[in-house]
Parts: sequence; C-alpha cells; structure tokens
Amino acid sequence: MKYIDEFRDGELAKNLAQSIAATVQPGRNYSFMEFCGGHTHAISRYGLSDLLPPSVRMVHGPGCPVCVLPIGRVDLAIRLALERGVILCTYGDTLRVPASDGLSLMKAKARGGDIRMVYSTIDALQIARDNPEREVVFFAIGFETTTPPTAVAIQQADAEGLKNFSVLCCHVLTPSAISNILESPEVRQWGTVPLDGFIGPAHVSTVIGSRPYEFFAEEYRKPVVIAGFEPLDVMQAILMLVRQVNEGRAEVENEFARAVTRDGNLKAQDRVAEVFELRREFEWRGLSVVPYSALRIRQKYAALDAERRFKLDYKSVPDNKACECGAILRGVKRPQDCKIFGTVCTPENPIGSCMVSSEGACAAHYSYGRYKDMH
Amino acid sequence: MGEVKRGYVRPLDLKNGRVDMTHGSGGRSMVQLISELFAKHLGNEYLGQGNDGAVLPAPTFNGKPGRLVMATDSHVVSPLFFPGGDIGCLSVHGTVNDVAVMGAKPLYLAAGFILEEGFPLADLARIVESMARAAKEAGVPVVTGDTKVVERGKGDGIFISTTGVGVLPDGLDLGGSLARPGDVILVSGSLGDHGVAIMSKRENLSFDAPIESDTAALNGLIDAMLATGAGLRCLRDPTRGGLAATLNEIATQSGVGMMLYEQAIPVKPVVAAACEFLGLDPLYVANEGKLVVICNALDGELLLKAMRAHPLGRDACFIGDVIADDHHFVQMTTAFGGKRIVDWLAGDQLPRIC
Repeated sequence: MKYIDEFRDGELAKNLAQSIAATVQPGRNYSFMEFCGGHTHAISRYGLSDLLPPSVRMVHGPGCPVCVLPIGRVDLAIRLALERGVILCTYGDTLRVPASDGLSLMKAKARGGDIRMVYSTIDALQIARDNPEREVVFFAIGFETTTPPTAVAIQQADAEGLKNFSVLCCHVLTPSAISNILESPEVRQWGTVPLDGFIGPAHVSTVIGSRPYEFFAEEYRKPVVIAGFEPLDVMQAILMLVRQVNEGRAEVENEFARAVTRDGNLKAQDRVAEVFELRREFEWRGLSVVPYSALRIRQKYAALDAERRFKLDYKSVPDNKACECGAILRGVKRPQDCKIFGTVCTPENPIGSCMVSSEGACAAHYSYGRYKDMH
Repeated sequence: MGEVKRGYVRPLDLKNGRVDMTHGSGGRSMVQLISELFAKHLGNEYLGQGNDGAVLPAPTFNGKPGRLVMATDSHVVSPLFFPGGDIGCLSVHGTVNDVAVMGAKPLYLAAGFILEEGFPLADLARIVESMARAAKEAGVPVVTGDTKVVERGKGDGIFISTTGVGVLPDGLDLGGSLARPGDVILVSGSLGDHGVAIMSKRENLSFDAPIESDTAALNGLIDAMLATGAGLRCLRDPTRGGLAATLNEIATQSGVGMMLYEQAIPVKPVVAAACEFLGLDPLYVANEGKLVVICNALDGELLLKAMRAHPLGRDACFIGDVIADDHHFVQMTTAFGGKRIVDWLAGDQLPRIC
C-alpha cells in the first residue's frame, strides 16, 4: 500500500535500530515519553521495544482520548441516552469506557439507550436530519485532532437550522496536559519519572503546528520531536531525541514534516476559535482537575450545546480504588505495576480506561506485549 | 357471476409482494410459499417427501459405514446482499464448511427461515435461488426445512439457520486439540475479504477494485487435500474473529503456542487499505471461504501443492509454526523483526479515535 508500506519497512527499521544502538552513550539512560496513544499503539503492535537498546525506555503518556475521559463525563452521555431518550452518537472506542454503576455506553445500549457509533460528525448530522422528531446528541471527545470536525458540524447545524442536534463537548487540549506532566512533583521535585524528552503528537500537530511545543523545549529544557504514527516515524524520532540529549540540545524538531508545519492548519484553528472558548477547568482521568485544559461551546452557539440545552450538572466520580490508570497516564507507573492488570482488569472487562482503547497503555501492553512479563 | 375455478390459487406476487403473517400461520398461504418458492428451487427427492422429517439412507463413505458429523450455524448478516454473495449462499457455505473441516463428506442440509413481516418476496426469491445454486454446486441437498414469520420490527428481514450432516470415515480424526509443536500452519488464501466486503458496503465505501466476499464451499478443496494422504491435524474455517480467533482456539485446545510471520500472511492490498481506513486489523476480520490448516511439517509442501492446484487454494501459503509454550500464546514476528502477541479479540473491533 503506497504511503503506508514505506513507513513500515522492516529493513529500514533494522538500519535505524543499528543507528540508535550506535548513538546511545554507554552508561547513560534515556527516558522518553510518547505523548500520543497512536504512538503507544505503534510501539506495541510492531514490537518496537525489541529493537531498542536496553538503555532507551519509553514512557507512555496521556494522549489517548478515551483514556483521559473521566467517569462523570461518560455518565452524562449515558444519562442523556437512558433518561432523556436522545439518540446519542459516539466514536467507536468510547463505547466501552467504564462509567458508574457498572455501565458503559455499550451496556447502556443493551438497556435500551439509542446509542449509535459514527465514523464522523457528518454521520451524526445526517442522523439528526433523518430523525427530526428525536433529539440527537453528538458525544464530542478527543484532542485537537477531532475538535475541528466538531466545530464544522456545529456551524453547519446552525446554518441549516437543525433544531434537534446538539453537542456534548468534552474536547481537551494537548499543551495543557504536557504542562501538567512537566509540572507534576514526580517529574519536577522527586525525579521519580525521569523524562529526557517527548515524542510529540502526530495528528494533533497537523492542526496546532509545532509552535506550541517551543515553550516546553525552552522553559523545561526538554527536547520534543514531532513524529508520525507509523513505526519508522517513531524509530526515527527516537534517534533524533537521543542525538539531542547527547548534544545537550532541547529543541522542537519535526520528523513528521510531510504533514506538520510550524503554524499548523490555520483554517481549522479559525473554525475552532469561532465555535469554542477555553473552559476555566476540566477534570481529566489521571491528571484530575487541570485549569484551562479543555474547550466549551461559545454563547453564540448555546442552542447547540447539550450541557446548556439539557441543563446537565457535571458530577465528578472517583476511579476504582485499585485502578492505577491515573499514575499510568502520568507515566509514574507501568501497566504491569498495577495490581489488577490482567487479573480483574482485562480488555473484556475493563476497570480503568487505559484498558479500553487499543491506544491505551494497558490495552496495548495486554494485547501485544504481556508475554514478556511471563517468560 | 363468474364461475368458481376449483383449486385455483393466485400465484405468489414475487415482484411486488411481501411476507405477511399468514405466510407463517400454517394455512394455505404458507403451503403456497413453500411450494412456489422453497420447494421449487431447493427441491430434491428427500424434500419432496413432504413429511415432517426426511427419511435418508444410512450414510456410508466409499461403501463403508462411517461416523456422523453434524454442525449448525445461524446467519444474521447485514446487509443481506453484499459484493460476492448474499445470506442465501452464505447459509449453505457456512454449514457445509463446518462439516467439511472435520474431514467429513457433507451429505445433507436442513434450513430454518425466520422471516419478518413485510420482507419483499422478490428478495426472498433471490435468496432462495442463491441457496439452491450454492447447494447444487457443493453437491449437498437441502432435505428438510422450516419457515416462521415474526411481526414487523421483531426480526431483521430474514434470519437463516442451517444444519448439516456428513459422514466421516473411520480412522480419520481432525481436531483443534491435535496440534503439536513442530507442526506448520498454512492458509488457503488471502485473509479478511468477507468481513471487509460487508463492512465497506455498510459504510458505503467504494474502492477502485471492488472487494468481494470470499464465500465458498470448501468441501472440494478439502477432498483434494485429504486425497494426498498428508498428516493433517486440524482444519478450521476462520469465520468470526478471523485468523486470530481461530489460532487462539487451537492453541488453547492443543495446549501449544504459535509463531506467525507477519510478512508471510496474505492480505490483498485493497483489503489492507480498507482495514487501514476503517481502523481494523485484517487478522481479526471474518472469512467465509478460507481454510486454516495445521499439519505435520514434513507434509507441508505436499499439501500446499495440492491446495494450489485447486481454484479455492490458488494462493495457499505457509504462515507460521506451532511451538511449545505453556501460556498458549499466539505470537507474531512483525515485519519489523519485533515480536508481539496476536491476542483474542475483546468484544468487537472498534475504530480508534486518534
């Protein structure tokens, strides 16, 4: 497959692996966080850690959209479906995120909720047009990648006068999450999470560009290499990070130049700014309440805001006590450090959100790598 | 006043007519549906007996008595018509294959239809004709059947359940618990075609090269393989859950591990592209006309040769080895040279967001 196979070439991977092995300095450890779940998935699926020297350790970051979605937000969506009788449209892997009372959107569907998986906001708009007598709510989640399509849907519904469509907005911001991790005591004071650099987001960066990361490189002296989601992208980025560390540099470099520019997609940014504004604070799973880390719908489009329209009250719900998702999302623990990993918590019966999506650190390790813990 | 024609029944309106509750109520309409549609297309000497059950001769294999093999499968596919097939031929192939992979010669089928009130008779006719064609091609007659009608909204148009009976010669034993370390794993052709054909139709995706379901009866291919006398351990058709589910089942049943080689696993470029697009992994996508073969390593080449000589096994190839592993993991050496598990699927495959 063109434009895909080139980035999954095993021979090139071996060459890159040799370069990385030749570039790491003896006696030195390298610890890099891949922010995105897409990178986590690629690392596990292609077995990349087998190709890295033991001194390079990858730490999984919080960039998995369904993993950072707190229970209270899923509860809101479930209540809309079960108590208000709306048609709730959602992206695929949100369906299995555990919520209160042993429910998930998938289980709420079995209890009679009209919950439909969509591939895009266009599908949700079409469902609203096809069901004029029903309220249709799009459960909008994700980082900057999925935000512009939500903005477009809201503007389109507004322009069409689509009265039965609204959006439950849970969009979050990548830079706030990175700051939160860099400011955490584990990284800043205690040094329990050694972080020598970041693999920067792929798809998110196509929208926001590479500029927002310059602050982190400068302020926190951490190198950032933006990388695509293909396995060779990740390998190349690791090599670039090792070089930066060796040379004492802390810069933003762009491995994903085929899709990311310094300014990003300005049109998409404009649309987002027209429709959304910053929330004062937002609860994340794992990172708890993070100030100015998420978006809400502007007053101008209030009629399309499900939170206002249905007068929803957000209620924070604590995670299961045994669940280590919080620590795993901050890079403090690894999936296999969690007591319930692979015993009580499995992909069939996830307790924490990291076990849900194949981008989640726990699900990726369980599905692709757990044999390594056993041999 | 016109003369009453004795015994005249207006034929079924196969163009614009629809299934209604009377077609399942046991009266004249039901008899008419059976005779004008089911019996007409599927008819054979056993179905023609017209009794509550079919009386069949005791099965023999090459003149010798054998053991009976029985399998059943319910079909609930949506959409009902898809590129490369429909629910009718699928319901024949699925059950014929379940019997054939046991090493048995499939002999007879029984078919149960659950129809939803309002279902177009024209669609039903197309489906029954397709079933009849598939049964004829496979050489396995439908010898008994049943029809029920449920109220509108209580079915999804049509459900078809088929049961198959076959005869297995004494001395031939194939099964999921017989794989041994050192055996080789073969497949009869490219993976994921059926599931992707269905899904791209559902999502209204079209590709330059249309993706067709691989639905087919495998009893002919299996005959050719058995004729080689190769040391077969286990045959399976990797339907729901795809190759990954099938191999995990066998690994668990046999108490072994497996090592696959990603580069050896055949997936058509257009199927790979569609999977990439839909967020699916072809290893977990359903097939309806493919075989997974576990056999003695020494006979691998012999079997591959016989498979490639058959139209349904043209692209047969070696994809991995059975290995010793107390954890019964199915592992894969990736195209990258790294290793990973090929795990059971957890629920449905759901597309990722990012």
